[in-house]
Amino acid sequence: MGVITDNVGLYADGLLGTLKICGLAAVAALLLGIVLAAFRVSPVAPLRATGTAYITLVRNCPLTIVLFFFAFGLPEVGINGAYFSFGVAGLAVYTAAFVCEAVRSGIGAVDAGQVEAARAIGLTFGQSLRLIVLPQAVRAVIPPLGNVVIAMIKNSAILGAFGVGGELYSVANTLNSARGEPALPVYTGVVIGYLIIIIPAGLLLRILEKRMTVTR
Amino acid sequence: MSGGHLYDAPGPRGRRRIRFAAVAAGLALVGLAALVVRRLAANGQFVAAKWSPLFDPNDPSFADLWRLFGGGLLHTLTAAALAMALSLPFGVFIATTRISASRWYRWMIVGTVETLRAVPVVIAIFFAYQVLPTYGLKLPLLWYIVIGLTAYNSVVISEIVRAGVLAVPKGQSDAAAALGLTRAQSMRFILLPQAFRSMLPALISQLVVILKDTSLGAFISYEELLRRGLIAIQTLHNPIQTYLVIAAIFIGINYLVSRLAIYAEARLSTRRPVPPSEDRQINSPVTATVP
Repeated sequence: MGVITDNVGLYADGLLGTLKICGLAAVAALLLGIVLAAFRVSPVAPLRATGTAYITLVRNCPLTIVLFFFAFGLPEVGINGAYFSFGVAGLAVYTAAFVCEAVRSGIGAVDAGQVEAARAIGLTFGQSLRLIVLPQAVRAVIPPLGNVVIAMIKNSAILGAFGVGGELYSVANTLNSARGEPALPVYTGVVIGYLIIIIPAGLLLRILEKRMTVTR
Repeated sequence: MSGGHLYDAPGPRGRRRIRFAAVAAGLALVGLAALVVRRLAANGQFVAAKWSPLFDPNDPSFADLWRLFGGGLLHTLTAAALAMALSLPFGVFIATTRISASRWYRWMIVGTVETLRAVPVVIAIFFAYQVLPTYGLKLPLLWYIVIGLTAYNSVVISEIVRAGVLAVPKGQSDAAAALGLTRAQSMRFILLPQAFRSMLPALISQLVVILKDTSLGAFISYEELLRRGLIAIQTLHNPIQTYLVIAAIFIGINYLVSRLAIYAEARLSTRRPVPPSEDRQINSPVTATVP
């Protein structure tokens, strides 16, 4: 296990890199996902169709292909960029589909009577969404959304397999493939790195979930 | 459609506004599509050489290309089928031991489950691929993927099974005990068969996750569908077109599988009038809710 202790700095950098990628991708996915969810519940048919098409296509497509498309497809049409930005963009585009569904199910979880009451006292669509539906939906959305983000953190490892440097998985590549360190401890270190992120995230989510549940 | 109750049935003015918005949105979409097409055309993405190997049966490479893809698809399906076939018994085993084990033993299982759940699948696959050979375990590439996928999906499936077993009404296991069945017998003959029915939709949608994850095999050069696509690109130099075709194949298969899950869910809920657990709604959670 000397490899891990000798390279703690490298692992720590990888951990930070993964967090950075995930932070950026999470913000982008959240914004895009919320827009898509709004599309999916909107009364405007073309927007609804766009939302549904996006979800159906992206959710059924492997993230690996999305990433390949971003990294090697886009440069073909003159869109160039660093692997890092392509990776983050691909991860966000993919995750947004799942964010959208989580948000939509949250909106669906709000009791229909609440909305009817809001309409009955004369609130407009925007008002009832902003004042009545969303505050309640947020509570219902936290658990599924948290699971989506946790899954996204794990998915970010694929970026490393892809050659986006400076994240946790790429540490294994550096140590094992380039420097020839033995595979078992190197990979154990990577696994520990993910445990350090994922397990507290899961616990945090569970605490939030408990706080947020409302007896309906 | 879940947004139906969010607004009143629009009146004449509202309908006009919606119609206007629909036209505007439609125009925006058409404009966007036009931009994409122009961009593609400006970069020579519509030349026949990039498309005809994929779509024109008269192209000299058409037959070879699709034979290549067909074989790749077969490898993809093999890996997914093996991973599912192995994960299911492991998952059932983990779930049943977790339910019936004594406390210390249970903590051990919970620890293993939580650890394996936190490991990204791609790491699990690379772990198998890089670590096992150093201990003299040299396997065909297929098996590293199957091992990696099974490690992860066994614990996911074990959670599905556990939820299914715990959702069987308590009277069932009480009745089994009253009949003199042992706990193992009650699990096997009473609880699991009933649980299996209610968890079938979730199991089917897990298959979508597995199918998508087989594409990670491309990184260890297992020749599944995506890898075959990458090989084709090396000679055809048409990444965009090939990715689109490969993605379309994946999306088509996964779409069918997730429809199957929704169908199974709908059938189950019509057959059994027992109220479903509160967080279950038809149509939404069945199809994998997590990336």
